[in-house]
Amino acid sequence: MRPPASGAIDCDIHPSVPGLEVLLPYLTDHWRDYVAQTGLHELESVSYPLGAPITARQDWRPRRGKPASTLDQLRSDLLDRWNPKVAICNCLYGVQLLFSEDMAAGIARAINGWIAAEWLDREPRLRASIVVPMQNPELAVEEIEHWAADRRFVQVLLLVMGDLPLGRRYYWPIYAAAARHGLPVGIHAGSSYRHPVTPVGWPSFYTEDYVNQAQAFQTQLTSLIAEGVFNKFPDLRVVLIESGVTWLPAHLWRLSKFWRGLRMEVPWVDRPPDEIVRDQVRLTLQPVDGPPQREQFERLMDHMGSDRLLLFSTDYPHWQFDGDDALPDGLSADLARKILVDNPRETYLRLKETVQ
Amino acid sequence: MNINVASSTRVKSAARAKLAIADCDLHPAPNGLKELHPYLDERWHRHLEMFGTLRRHGYQQGPAYPKGQPEAMRRDSWPPDGSRPGSRLGFMQWQHLDPNNVELGVLTPISPHPGGFQNAEMSAAFCRAVNDWQKAEWTQKDSRLRASITVPYEHGELAVGEIERRADDPEFVQVFLLSRTAAPIGQRRYWPMFEAAVRANRPVAIHAFGFGGFPITGGGWPSFYLEEMTGHAQCCQSQVTSLVLEGVFERFPTLRVVFIEGGFAWLPSLAWRLDRHWKKLKSETPHLERLPSEYIRDHIWVTTQPMEEPRSAGHLIDVCEWIGWDKILFATDYPHWDFDNPAQCLPPALTEEQRGRIFLENARSFYGMN
Repeated sequence: MRPPASGAIDCDIHPSVPGLEVLLPYLTDHWRDYVAQTGLHELESVSYPLGAPITARQDWRPRRGKPASTLDQLRSDLLDRWNPKVAICNCLYGVQLLFSEDMAAGIARAINGWIAAEWLDREPRLRASIVVPMQNPELAVEEIEHWAADRRFVQVLLLVMGDLPLGRRYYWPIYAAAARHGLPVGIHAGSSYRHPVTPVGWPSFYTEDYVNQAQAFQTQLTSLIAEGVFNKFPDLRVVLIESGVTWLPAHLWRLSKFWRGLRMEVPWVDRPPDEIVRDQVRLTLQPVDGPPQREQFERLMDHMGSDRLLLFSTDYPHWQFDGDDALPDGLSADLARKILVDNPRETYLRLKETVQ
Repeated sequence: MNINVASSTRVKSAARAKLAIADCDLHPAPNGLKELHPYLDERWHRHLEMFGTLRRHGYQQGPAYPKGQPEAMRRDSWPPDGSRPGSRLGFMQWQHLDPNNVELGVLTPISPHPGGFQNAEMSAAFCRAVNDWQKAEWTQKDSRLRASITVPYEHGELAVGEIERRADDPEFVQVFLLSRTAAPIGQRRYWPMFEAAVRANRPVAIHAFGFGGFPITGGGWPSFYLEEMTGHAQCCQSQVTSLVLEGVFERFPTLRVVFIEGGFAWLPSLAWRLDRHWKKLKSETPHLERLPSEYIRDHIWVTTQPMEEPRSAGHLIDVCEWIGWDKILFATDYPHWDFDNPAQCLPPALTEEQRGRIFLENARSFYGMN
């Protein structure tokens, strides 16, 4: 099923940094010198190996250079083809993996500056997430404050696996700042690799790393709920990005059951986890990770318990679907419209100001 | 032993009207490690006294995540003589096996499961002791019970030795380990254990819990027991993923694996996710000949407890349909606090046939008792 010719809001696309050198003009003198002095040449995480099939669809791979690394590529591959009303840029670059908080802050600032100047300034259909040094919440808040007045930044971007579970109070200043500025917190697949991506150690295969991202989303959602983030910040919206979606119902059944049995441990969690999710958590569509049969998918949409949870995404240039099949079969016209337009508009408050 | 014989008889006759069940997660526990002394060389008595048990975990006594109830036990499961829940056969018969009409009880001793002891020789000696103890104190005293081959799973050749030692004893029905291993369970270091299990014609049972040394989330250690308990489902997902992607089922085509107490409603979603991404990434794992979901369908079983509870019971029936009615084995987790009561826990809308399969028939055929 293809999205309508125009009007959709694509909540996850990935302009890629062609190389560290493009960030040089956006670094402070200190960090520019540091890069030269140390010979630092790249910050490419193992989360998306350049050659791996999932990292870019074959027809979105340019003859030279990285996929999705220029605005022209993005326009011809995606924007001009489907003419989405808006596409939200989530720049994945290995900032969150650095052990130096200061370097992470310096490079995050440059990435946001580069996105603003090279993408947002030149293409009115684009919005972006603020990349933050999640290694240090104080510096992350500084980064949010620096860009918050620019209404084209519509979200704060974290990776799903960092030093600590995302619900921990350590991170709360980030959530407070995001809520204060009407910015959802987008949690994207990926890791700072402080811990193995599986609870039983380091995996053997990239496929295993990627599949295990969904388990990470499950445990981090548990953490956000159990620690009381949603109770403390009732206006906060959290968007799980490139998380897969089909795991959600089963996870909430289990979590809700244990919450009923163990709520004395987390007395601040005052309503069932599935209600919290319905009110404050959203998930981007791709990869759907869907069942092979249409009938199963329809059942699964019923299991989700709400038609407001999913936000349209292509995950460009990652290879999640072929041709124009950005929407799975088995969506009613009504649900498709909600996913494509209504749910994103409800989630990203800043889009209401700038998108008719 | 303190058994209320009169009461036991009364409850038993009332139970006859109920469907017979197989309980595939039944926890016997020695009343303190000293109860294992008769099955251990004296060297280990002294070792235990002086050094305790070293695991990939900080506490000698006391849990990092205090349980929902004392020792994670049902409040009513302490035998009248004050001994530990699950430590007295008579009380277990009276409280659980008789009234719940348990026809087959598969013992899954996890307190302790010595397979996680860091000292390899100690791990092997204690596993052997737990196995001898299961036979002497349990299966030989109640013909409804079967034992698990508790293995030192982090130490391949020692695990193989223990499996071979029990291979000719029909009272031992499965190879038994915990889910929080020190490396993903599909990796080659565990293959000798799988090979021995297949040779002995036993399935491998992987029960939630244990201490592998890594946080249960890929993003660090969570704060609460609620998170740890919920997280065992994610851990089991990682283990299924590892078994499939490493090609364990290609290498051992007759291997059968059952996941115990890790939940089961996540299995269809995981199979779909694996299929979808493997199709794109399969050049990385050319040793796989079939779709991940096909290996899962043929090689993985699950037990019911703790049964997921959607708001609509129909959703759970969808999930059972997707997993396969023949792949789900009933379990109560007696005497633990989150015990599933067979009288109440299955969705009422199941057909008699579906109920019969989950309660008993699937376990009978899984354990070769037809």
